[in-house]
Amino acid sequence: METGRRTFLKIGGACALGLGALRMADAFGKTEEPKFVLNVQGLTAKRWAMAIDMKKCWEKGPQGCTECILACHTTHNVPDIGTRKEEIKWIWEAKYENVFPGQQSGMEPEAIREKPFMLLCNHCTNAPCVRVCPTQATFKRADGITMMDFHRCIGCRYCMAGCPYGARSFNFRDPRPYIKTELNPTFPTRDRGVVEKCNFCEERLTAGKIPACVEACKCKALSFGDLEDPNSDVRRALASQFSLRRKPELGTEPGVYYII
Amino acid sequence: MKIYDGKYIFIGLIIFVALATFPVWFTHGRAAPAPEPKIDTPVIAKMLNKQCVLPKDEMITEHMKLLNDWRTLVVRDGKRMYVASDGKTYEMSLQNECMKCHSNKSQFCDQCHNYAGLQKDADPYCWNCHIAPKEPENKQQGEWRENGSVPAHHFSLFSGFGKESR
Amino acid sequence: MLERALTGGERYKRLLGALLLLMALGFAAYLTQWNRGLTITGLSRDVSWGIYIAQFTFLVGVAASAVMVVLPYYLHNVKEFGKITILGEFLAIASVTMCLLFIVVDLGKPMRLLNVLIYPTPNSILFWDMIVLNGYLLLNLLIGWNVLEAERKGTHYPNWVKPLIYISIPWAVSIHTVTAFLYAGLPARDYWLTAIMAARFLASAFCSGPALLIMLSFLVKKYTKFDPGKEAINKLSIIMTYAMFISVFFVGLEFFTAFYSNIPEHTAALKYLFVGLDGHYNLVPISWLFAILAIAGVVLLLHPDIRKNDNMLLAAAACVFFSMYIEKGIGLIVAGFIPNPLDQVREYAPSLPEMMIAIGIWATGFFVLTVLYKIAVSVKEEVGT
Repeated sequence: METGRRTFLKIGGACALGLGALRMADAFGKTEEPKFVLNVQGLTAKRWAMAIDMKKCWEKGPQGCTECILACHTTHNVPDIGTRKEEIKWIWEAKYENVFPGQQSGMEPEAIREKPFMLLCNHCTNAPCVRVCPTQATFKRADGITMMDFHRCIGCRYCMAGCPYGARSFNFRDPRPYIKTELNPTFPTRDRGVVEKCNFCEERLTAGKIPACVEACKCKALSFGDLEDPNSDVRRALASQFSLRRKPELGTEPGVYYII
Repeated sequence: MKIYDGKYIFIGLIIFVALATFPVWFTHGRAAPAPEPKIDTPVIAKMLNKQCVLPKDEMITEHMKLLNDWRTLVVRDGKRMYVASDGKTYEMSLQNECMKCHSNKSQFCDQCHNYAGLQKDADPYCWNCHIAPKEPENKQQGEWRENGSVPAHHFSLFSGFGKESR
Repeated sequence: MLERALTGGERYKRLLGALLLLMALGFAAYLTQWNRGLTITGLSRDVSWGIYIAQFTFLVGVAASAVMVVLPYYLHNVKEFGKITILGEFLAIASVTMCLLFIVVDLGKPMRLLNVLIYPTPNSILFWDMIVLNGYLLLNLLIGWNVLEAERKGTHYPNWVKPLIYISIPWAVSIHTVTAFLYAGLPARDYWLTAIMAARFLASAFCSGPALLIMLSFLVKKYTKFDPGKEAINKLSIIMTYAMFISVFFVGLEFFTAFYSNIPEHTAALKYLFVGLDGHYNLVPISWLFAILAIAGVVLLLHPDIRKNDNMLLAAAACVFFSMYIEKGIGLIVAGFIPNPLDQVREYAPSLPEMMIAIGIWATGFFVLTVLYKIAVSVKEEVGT
């Protein structure tokens, strides 16, 4: 049969269109959506934030207390890799000169200079990590939490380069053998090759509970609540005392306040 | 008729046929038994109306899609409660809801997954992160079946992720 | 034309064999990374990008340098570059291939890399980097192949190639602008937060690319019957000279802003690189090597008579290439993370498997380059240019 190349291509294109039409119609026609309701007992907010009053921790807490770290890392099955190179930490402690670099004058009272401050993800409003993530594996939720989707993360670590607070950790190796705390069977572990950080205990918030670290602190040094609700714990804590945020000049609008 | 390089051609052909039919002759006589997922867990035994989130046939074909949809809803949209067609609400969680009833992963999920040759560390790799419920020691069969057959995934060339650390 | 890569002399086969060996070793090392994770590298929670991303950053510049011969030839009719454009385009293909490979080996979950396509994120520069790098690869493949094929047949290349050539010129500028934007927009990293980052990338690309092209042209002239031409080399060396001066000038500008303002955040990384910080000085020797090589390159390139001497020119090209490699590769990336956001100095050194993987990828790039150059040179030898 005499047929030119152009005719062949035209017929081939029409066939492909015809064969694909049914599938496309199917895809557009599908309207079944899983039905869901919101959890009625969950805590909601417009902007979750935290205020940390280290004075309460230093004055009332036992020396070397790390209850908040233990609670967080146990609740979320955070491993203890054992090397500083690959350590994974969602909440940890550091000295004033590291928490507020560039702020220290050397004239601060000794307690402030030497005693530990707690650090965690600041859940910034203008989070640079969210801006740079190429797959939206880290994203801002409507309630202000900077959330991690471990299923989508490709492990490029751009978010780690973008975070001005050093809040993110990467799983260089399989974390499971290194979970030294008692395994929490209601929360998954992570897999090798993804980045993780504090998630403001969003799975607890949805069940009506406050974050593990806040609950664990016996001195009530950690206040948590809705920054846009004038009656919340965090607003009341901030209203009466001076507070600082880390690196405010970067415009990230962090949600963790330090009461000095 | 002269076949040039006949020696090499025939040797190559024999090697190719052997390799191409490898799955047939290597596992000859070792047909794995049909999978029998068991639902005799304590929680299911107590249930009067043994009903899952979806009807059984739908679950068999749709459970992966359901889990994917749940994953998006929970992680990305923050929605956790699912309303089934019979009005019952479930928490959308593999670890905390599905496995509450089906706490015998090795006798349930693994039965079909192993039979289908889905490698433990590749597809589905949910369990790399999501913690499988602990099963009593004697019930756990492990990988070797009673008739001595071995699931196909043991013959993978690349052992996949995390084998070293397990 | 691919069959021309399958035949060649002893030297050609031995070169390919040696490169294949390095590729195999690199692949074996990558298998350990595949099985155990990035723990085998020297990367850490503080320095989370190392030599993989450093090589990628430098090679983007080398890839863009094809435009340095394409632009004069196609836009301004600089006939001397006629024989060398194909070498530039094929160098771009090999470089972009290496870039993409370095990104893939750096990923924690490479099997999920299609997520960047499935979930496009226009606010992320990495998304745009993926687009421009792959686009540039495609452009150079189409242009290089079709122009060479047309030359082999003795005809003019098809008309549709011309618009692609015109597009490839701003596209080349875009690939290292976008790569520079990866770094220049991060509030967390002071060493990178400079407006002239993209300009620095362009300048160092335009000197390190021609430097490599000059070295490769000499190799091609020595081992094959193809001679790119003295005029082409001469013009390339002039471009390399001006670009090198500008590059070194830009580095000087960074030093001025940092040390005249004396703001600690700005001076910290440069101090770490050149004199050490807080007792840590891992990168000081290599930073001074960069300085020495850069000055040597500038000095050698200053006088045209020195430039016209082949040996001196090769030495200058080597100085330019390796100094830029240190500055844009290791120096830029690693020092961006030091000191860390908590003002602590945590150093980085690549591990042996990490270096093997990097060398394996370089070998892959040179393998691709050798094969493509063999094809190009064979065609040109046949046509008798």
